[in-house]
Amino acid sequence: MSIRILSGGMFTTVQDRGRSGYMKSGITVSGAMDERSYETANRLVGNTNGEAALEVTLIGPVIEFSENCVFAIAGADLGPQMNGKDIPMYRALGAKAGDTLSFAGRRGGCRAYLAFRGGIAVPPVLGSRATDIKAGIGGLMGRKLQAGDMIPIAPASGVSFWGIAEKEDFSAAVKLLRVVMGPQDDRFTEAGINAFLHTEYTVTAQSDRMGIRLSGEAVETKSGSDIITDGICMGAVQIPADGQPILMMADRQPTGGYAKIANVISVDLPVAAQTVPGDKVRFQCVSVQEAQALLLTQQEKLKNIRAFREASVSRYRVRVDGYVYNIEVRPAD
Amino acid sequence: METATLKVSGDRAILVEFENRIAPEVNRLVRSFTAALEEKCIPGIVEIVPAYCAVTVHYRPEEILFDGLKAELSAVLGRLDEMEIPPATVWEIPVLYGGEEGPDIGFVAEHSGLSEEEVVRIHSGSEYLVYMLGFTPGFPYLGGMSPAIAAPRLKAPRLSIPAGSVGIAGQQTGVYPIASPGGWQLIGRTPVKLYDPGRETPVLVKAGDYVKFTPVGAAEFARIAAGIEAGSYRCRTWQKEG
Repeated sequence: MSIRILSGGMFTTVQDRGRSGYMKSGITVSGAMDERSYETANRLVGNTNGEAALEVTLIGPVIEFSENCVFAIAGADLGPQMNGKDIPMYRALGAKAGDTLSFAGRRGGCRAYLAFRGGIAVPPVLGSRATDIKAGIGGLMGRKLQAGDMIPIAPASGVSFWGIAEKEDFSAAVKLLRVVMGPQDDRFTEAGINAFLHTEYTVTAQSDRMGIRLSGEAVETKSGSDIITDGICMGAVQIPADGQPILMMADRQPTGGYAKIANVISVDLPVAAQTVPGDKVRFQCVSVQEAQALLLTQQEKLKNIRAFREASVSRYRVRVDGYVYNIEVRPAD
Repeated sequence: METATLKVSGDRAILVEFENRIAPEVNRLVRSFTAALEEKCIPGIVEIVPAYCAVTVHYRPEEILFDGLKAELSAVLGRLDEMEIPPATVWEIPVLYGGEEGPDIGFVAEHSGLSEEEVVRIHSGSEYLVYMLGFTPGFPYLGGMSPAIAAPRLKAPRLSIPAGSVGIAGQQTGVYPIASPGGWQLIGRTPVKLYDPGRETPVLVKAGDYVKFTPVGAAEFARIAAGIEAGSYRCRTWQKEG
């Protein structure tokens, strides 16, 4: 089973939960920028093991289904349509062979996640199917999708879950990004920390999957922003020499040499991932305990995405020529 | 008990910071702590990333919360003195110095007031400690180069440097594992692939190992390159003494 890409869109890549275990070897994690929307899209179609999905950026691709398939879209609203008609997000949908999925235009957010029941079946590299553009590995030959690509979808044996979830709104005029301070907040002056926590910053056009670059009041250091190179986490807020914050995202290098004033908390990283150039953000400080409690609540909610359609399975016991057959009849997806 | 500071690094990592300087004795603490932590297998820890003088411990709050992990890490730090550090491996990396493979060796020689032969002799005369990996896949941050052959970076970085290039930047030396842009003075090239995503161990050297460069001629370089293509070449390694 596969899907055909008729147009790649602006920047569509295969992503999953990321390439973990190799940061100590200098290898980038990659994976979905908005982990919540990615996980939601997957759960809606019954995928629970970090199956690979498509991350669609701003301008969507055009995709033709070669066979019947169950899919779902979560994250940014890029105006999804099936055969030219609007379709809902945040619920499992069935596509038939020959159907065409396209995107009419952006209504909000930056990145949509398109999950297929069974998951995208490109070969894993170092344990992950995530595309790492810079290293040229993972996904489809380490690159973004383009017209003519055929993307294999794994068969979904025995899964017949059809989920529905509440649509997430990414339209706030000023996006609130909560942070835990550190690990190098002691490198900054009081004025610097005040600017960081009490003024608004604007997302610039130089933002990408590696980092979201902000402009606003410079965050002042006590004696320069260089540190002895150490590890960088997703959501780390680096302050380089010009004082303009950079949120380190999925394609960040695993280590770096700029002081990190704070780290965006996990449940607010999706909000950051859904910003577009020109969006305004502000930071607010919370405790690590609070951040983790919020994360656990979110993960629990993701596990409990409900089904809107129960599969009706009929079971028959049939005897033919002396042999007994157990037959299960379930609706074809 | 060794002194280290545990710092919040977001809600999914803790930064364990030892003395804030680049020195073999501090990096030794980083290595023994990393080894102790790897051996302990604390549930919830997903990755341990050693750097020059700090270790980032990535974890899943779904399995262990900050306060719990902090206590576990403190306990490991408390027993660090009893920890045996695993013996270090020295990797012999063959290098074809100068010529097309090392176009900047003339500059380095002139800058340091030495002949090209002396630059090669000094560069290949030491075993360099791999403090950490980063920057690109498999890129080793090496320490211990003689200041006699230090040289400033290029004024304008090259757009693409071939994989295997061996360079000098300030007092640092290193090898580019993949083709990438860069501003280091290139003095030679190795056919050895420090990073190969298709190999069983994609990254050859690890933090705490040592690298020893050995000069080879063009014929030997070609023979080794062919051996690598055929999958028959293995780097010579030995245990670091002391």
